[in-house]
Order: sequence, then structure tokens, then C-alpha cells
Amino acid sequence: MTRRERKKAERDKFIEENGIIFLDDVSMSYPEKGNPAVKNVTLKIEKGEFVFIVGDSGSGKSTLIKLLLRELIPTGGDVYVMAQNTRKLRHSQIPKFRRNLGVVFQDFRLLKDRNVYENVAFAQRIIEVPSREMRRNVPSILSMVGLAGKYKANVRKLSGGEQQRVALARALVNKPSILLADEPTGNLDPNNSWDIMDLLAEINEQGTTVIVVTHSPTIVNSMKKRVVAMRMGEIISDEQEGEYVNED
Amino acid sequence: MKIRTFLYTLWQGIRNMFKNGWYTLASIATIGACLFLLGMIYSIVANAQHILYTVEEGVSITVFFNPEVTDEAIDAVGQEILKRPEVRDIVYHSDEEIWATFGPSYFGEDYQEGFPENPLEGEHNYEVFLRDVSLQDQLVSWLETKPEVRFVRYSQITASTFSGVNMMLVYVSAAIITILLAVSIFLISNTVRVGITVRAEEIGIMKYIGATDFFVRAPFMLEGIMIGLIGALVPLYLIRYLYDYVINMLTTRFEMISSILSFLTLEEVFRILLPVSIGIGVGMGFLGSFITVRKYLKV
Repeated sequence: MTRRERKKAERDKFIEENGIIFLDDVSMSYPEKGNPAVKNVTLKIEKGEFVFIVGDSGSGKSTLIKLLLRELIPTGGDVYVMAQNTRKLRHSQIPKFRRNLGVVFQDFRLLKDRNVYENVAFAQRIIEVPSREMRRNVPSILSMVGLAGKYKANVRKLSGGEQQRVALARALVNKPSILLADEPTGNLDPNNSWDIMDLLAEINEQGTTVIVVTHSPTIVNSMKKRVVAMRMGEIISDEQEGEYVNED
Repeated sequence: MKIRTFLYTLWQGIRNMFKNGWYTLASIATIGACLFLLGMIYSIVANAQHILYTVEEGVSITVFFNPEVTDEAIDAVGQEILKRPEVRDIVYHSDEEIWATFGPSYFGEDYQEGFPENPLEGEHNYEVFLRDVSLQDQLVSWLETKPEVRFVRYSQITASTFSGVNMMLVYVSAAIITILLAVSIFLISNTVRVGITVRAEEIGIMKYIGATDFFVRAPFMLEGIMIGLIGALVPLYLIRYLYDYVINMLTTRFEMISSILSFLTLEEVFRILLPVSIGIGVGMGFLGSFITVRKYLKV
């Protein structure tokens, strides 16, 4: 068996057994920048894991999320998400692929001209969920994030914490296998930050794989989860119940 | 696509129009202004061509025959002329008919006195009306090769003047319409681009959630089509009233003009203008949205 064949066999075994994300020697360079944003990263994440990806600004965390979302195609190596090589996805296959990924951003990215209900229902409309089912699913997820009473409110009138809960509800309503959260507490005060983190932990307990990109040591160190630390595009440590010291 | 999704898309398109009221108005005004100018130019050019055509219809060439040619041979030549693609119609004038027409005008009612025989004997001819005066030379050359034909009378100046004016009208109107269309496309794509840039973030969010290109694009397409349709109907409505008003004014106030020139009816102008304007308006709205949204779909 050659080296390549052995690597392939290992990867297939990992995906087959319990793997949900596999980054195989992944590099990503932007043409306009000199140094690669991500350099020879190999990372395995199993189903149901809660993983923090930490690092200073420019360490490659957000590029990693973009690679997982198939917003970017790696310049080297392969990204496997739910056994699919993102490089091999055709443009028309990307929407269906993304429906298995819930995404939450630091700036919430809500549809500002619509109310809470419409923002969450939008994710269901995209996959053409029948109206009757939608009317059941949306209130249920809104009550899970604690916004059942505010379903008619315009999202612009909500606090930052509430807006992030709407974004979370939208990310979860289609029951994704993986939840990607890019600095979900970056724009929130400590109380709201903890509320969001508690929600993410609860979602994880229900079986969803959660990947949180952050540079908040307080949150990372108190959650006692797996921590993948990055610097200059490379993984410098990967520990269960790891700790993080922000050097920014 | 399910009916429910189509209705949702339609509703989003309508909603977008009202949500971005100023942008919608600007787009309608841009398309409307361009199509109004286009409609006006078309109405003028179509009428000019119609007038020219009406005058051209009266232009004819006359074919005279050699004295020894029999009536049967003249009939046969007549049939041959009628089959020519340049010919719209022919009228045969006998010697008697010609004398009866010209005699009174030159010699009065008693024109036959002093002329025991028809002085125009042998002047029988075919008056040939052309489909297009620019083809006159071609027909004359052919006629002159016929052994039965003694002489062909035609006006070289009239034909070349008509052809020249006709060609000039075609070129000028094509140039004006091309420039107008280019300006319209530029203005409309700019307006659409501004409108969509405002919504680039919204498109990005939809793509991250897993919306297909079609789902993202459809409301913008519908919005573009509706804007294009309204942008086409408004100037058509204005031109309809303006055209009637101007033609009425010309024919009632300047009676001399109406006795010389004949104008197209509104229905005749709209037979072309209506589908073309709606097609351009809808097409521009659709293409403008399609091309501009495409840029933001690569997320």
C-alpha cells in the first residue's frame, strides 16, 4: 500500500466510523496576499463534538470557516464535510450542501426588513417546508432560544443578544448536522455571551456538532471543551478541555 | 418549483418594489424616459417612411412598343412584366384612351375635329408601378433588352431622390435608435446595480442559508420584469395621447398638409411600437436584474 493509499484508507475509515469533518493537509492562499491564510492543516472532528477554534486576528480561523462552508476552495489538500469533498461540489450542489450546516456570524446577518418569525421561517422556505410544518417548527425553535413572545418584533428593534438568538434559531430550524459559529459573542455583553454559549452547549448535547470560532479566553477556558489553537495559518495545539491565552 | 414557492417569490418581488420605492421610481423613470424617446422617434420615422412610400406609389415608368408588335405580343410582355419582382402593378393604356385623355386638355372638347385619325396612334403603353423605386434601373435595363419595346420613359432623378431620402431615413433612424438603446442599457444597468448593491448583504445571507441561485434570483427577476413593464406602459400611454393630439392638430389646423400628406393611424404605429416597447422594457428589466444579481451569487 502506497503512502497515498494508506492516507485515503485512514480518511475513509475515519469518515465511515464517526467523522463529520476532515481537513486533509489543507492550505489556502489568497492571490493578493503573500503568506497563506491556512497552511497544511489536518483536522478531524467527530459527530457530536464541541470544538473551539481559537487564535489571534489573522491566524486563519475565519478562512477555516469559509473553507467548511465551501465559500472557498482550498489551494492545497481536501476538505471533507459529511463525507463530501467540497472541492468536488458543483456550484448547483452548494445550496443543498449548506442546508446541513447552520451558520451564526458575529454581526448576526439577519434580514433587517423582516420580523423575527420571517427571519427564521426564511430558512424553511428555502427548503420548501410545507406551511403547516413551518408554523409548528418556527415557534418551537423560537421558544427554545427564548424568543417565543417576540416573534412579531422587527429584528432591528431587538438587542444584540436577542438578534443573535434569532440568528441561532434560523441556523437550527432545519436541524443541521453541524453548527458553525464565527465569533458568536463578539458583539455581545458578558451576560448575553454566556446565554448564547449555554444555548450552544444545549444544542450540542442534543447531538449537533458545534464548531465555535472565538478569541475570548474567558469563554473557552470555562467551557472545558476541545480547543484547536491556530497561529499564522497553522494548528499549534489541539487539546481536549484545552485552555487559551489571548496574545492579541 | 412549487406553487407555494412561486407565490412567495412573486410576493417578494412586489414587496421589493415598494420597499425600495425610490429605486423603483428611478428605474421606471429611466426606462420610461428612454422608451418615450424611442417611441417618439419611431412615430416620426414611421410616418416619414409612410409619406415617402405613399408618394413613391405614384411614381411609374412607361413602356412603349414598336409599331409592328401584335396585341398578343403586347399581352405576353405585360404578363412577363407583372411577374417581375420589382413590379407592383401595371395598367395598359390604348391609343384611343390616350387620345381621349390628352386631346381635350390640349385642343378642348372639339379635339377630334381636324384629326380624322388618332394622332397618337402607336403610343399605346404600359404604365408600370414599382414596389420600390430603387429597383427602377434594374427593371428599365431588363425592359430595354426586349425586342418588342420601342422606348421606356422614366425619371432617373425622381428614383434616385426617393432612394436617397429613403436610405437616409433608414440610416438616421437606425443610428438614433441604436444610440438611444445604448444609453438606455447604460442607465438601466446603473440603476439596477445601485439597487442590488444595497441588497448585496441580503443575497449573501440567502446564499449562506442554502438558497439556490434561482430562489435568490427569482424575486429580483420578477421585480425587474414588473419595473420594465410599467416603464414601458407609461410612455406608451403618453405617446398614445400625444400622437392623437399632434395628428389632429396637423390635420385640422393645417389643412393643406393633410391634403398633401397622409399620416399613419395610432393603431398602425402601435402595431409595432407596443410589442417592441414592452419587449425592450421587460427585456431590459429582466436582463439588468439577471446580469447584476449574477455577480453576487458567487458566494
